[in-house]
Amino acid sequence: MRYSAGSLLRNALSGQMHWRKVWREPEPKSAYDVIIVGGGGHGLATAHYLARNHGITNVAVLEKGYLGNGNIGRNTTIVRSNYLCPDNIAFYDHSLKLWEGLSQDLNYNVMLSQRGVLNVFHTPAQRDAMIRRGNAMALQGVDAVLLNRAEVGKLVPIIDISPDARFPVLGGLLQPRGGSVRHDAVAWGYARSGDAQGIDIIQNCEVTGFAIENGKVRGVQSNKGPITAKKVAICVAGRSSLVAAMAGLRLPIESHVLQSYVTEPVKPILDTVVSFGAAHFAIVQSDKGGLVFNGDLDGYNSYAQRGNMEVLTSAAACAASFMPCFSRLRMLRHWGGINDMTMDGSPIITKTPVKGLYFNGGWCYGGFKATPTSGWTYAHLIANDEPHELAANYSLSRFETGALINESGSGPVPGKH
Amino acid sequence: MRIDCPWCGSRPLHEYAYSGDATTKRPDAERDADLSVWMDHVYLRDNPAGLHKEYWHHVSGCRSLLVVTRDTTTHLIESVSLAVQPSKGGKK
Repeated sequence: MRYSAGSLLRNALSGQMHWRKVWREPEPKSAYDVIIVGGGGHGLATAHYLARNHGITNVAVLEKGYLGNGNIGRNTTIVRSNYLCPDNIAFYDHSLKLWEGLSQDLNYNVMLSQRGVLNVFHTPAQRDAMIRRGNAMALQGVDAVLLNRAEVGKLVPIIDISPDARFPVLGGLLQPRGGSVRHDAVAWGYARSGDAQGIDIIQNCEVTGFAIENGKVRGVQSNKGPITAKKVAICVAGRSSLVAAMAGLRLPIESHVLQSYVTEPVKPILDTVVSFGAAHFAIVQSDKGGLVFNGDLDGYNSYAQRGNMEVLTSAAACAASFMPCFSRLRMLRHWGGINDMTMDGSPIITKTPVKGLYFNGGWCYGGFKATPTSGWTYAHLIANDEPHELAANYSLSRFETGALINESGSGPVPGKH
Repeated sequence: MRIDCPWCGSRPLHEYAYSGDATTKRPDAERDADLSVWMDHVYLRDNPAGLHKEYWHHVSGCRSLLVVTRDTTTHLIESVSLAVQPSKGGKK
């Protein structure tokens, strides 16, 4: 499916009823070189880069539902690389660079808006931590700018920077290259590109088991029958434990729900992505005008894609305290996404004890921004049976060896980023 | 979500703190030297979609540690019991 001024005009004149489908809807073949389990953003990106970077096109992406119904359509669309651990900075900045060229690469507009990501801080200890983070980023050539209180007020005038605020603002750390992306377009763009390169995207196809012989994967069972494959790649963040259990694996992961919220649409008022420092809260204005924000995890294991009122109330209180002009906005919707929370807060891209079976998951609630490089490095792992250098430390074995990648420096609690 | 505390009755969620999976068992520090046993306890979880046995601390109530069996897909609670049964009193 390609678009042109001519096709726009033709379809406008014929009532928009004759657009061709953007990707095919094939039935599964009996055998593939690679099966990707899960047609979310990461699975579709993996398929695209398997074809683009490694020339592997005899690939099926099996999706239990329809494209875009999982976390690729449930996140708050923020992209950034303002991390502290060296592995994470390198990985997420590679991802940000891929975002910068993605519309050209896919020939599909993913509507990247590099409006800047600002993390506000409120205490001297937080300021020290942010300076450390900014310096860690600068050491790897990533953009980070420290702002004082007046500069925060100038950049985002609706933040309450008065000394009387409940949590007075001291300053902020700005990543100018951070921003937001149209999340559905990411799924559609990768799907269209993968499909055009010959990859079969099969929706409503649920994997119900793995065929494993002598420690080697031979394919999968699905509701559309058995499909054989030389390599099988799990990519089902949110339900990783359940899918991996079908291959006999137990993971250092708990599933938790993170809620997001959107208000009624208003005229442009917030042109930066901003996070509050006194509690977990981040906010961005969508192109449609709604204020999209999120807060904490609900805090207990959940596979329900909806959340509780306590956490909603807390996030709304953060909005009203941080940006008082939003206190009378009405909330339109709230929804939940199921996140793989790992025990150190960092993702897993790895081989497994089963030969030919690979695992990608544990993205906590940071998976969306990672989509391009997750696919890039996972495709490399699948094609070469060796980890990509950017993801070499995201192994499953790090929990045994103790080489954790722990942004917050706290113990094994599956509730942090 | 409300949890029916054996001491306090049905109380709202914000009185409780979640303390995670109640099925993992801390290894014996002297007998279980094998690291894989500790790996299992510290990191690995069944993470079921369905009934999950978990600890809740009634932190703003009687401060008892409870074992709650809850469905992680619906949040319906099947059973609540005390994690530690109270002693009968008197000399041990």
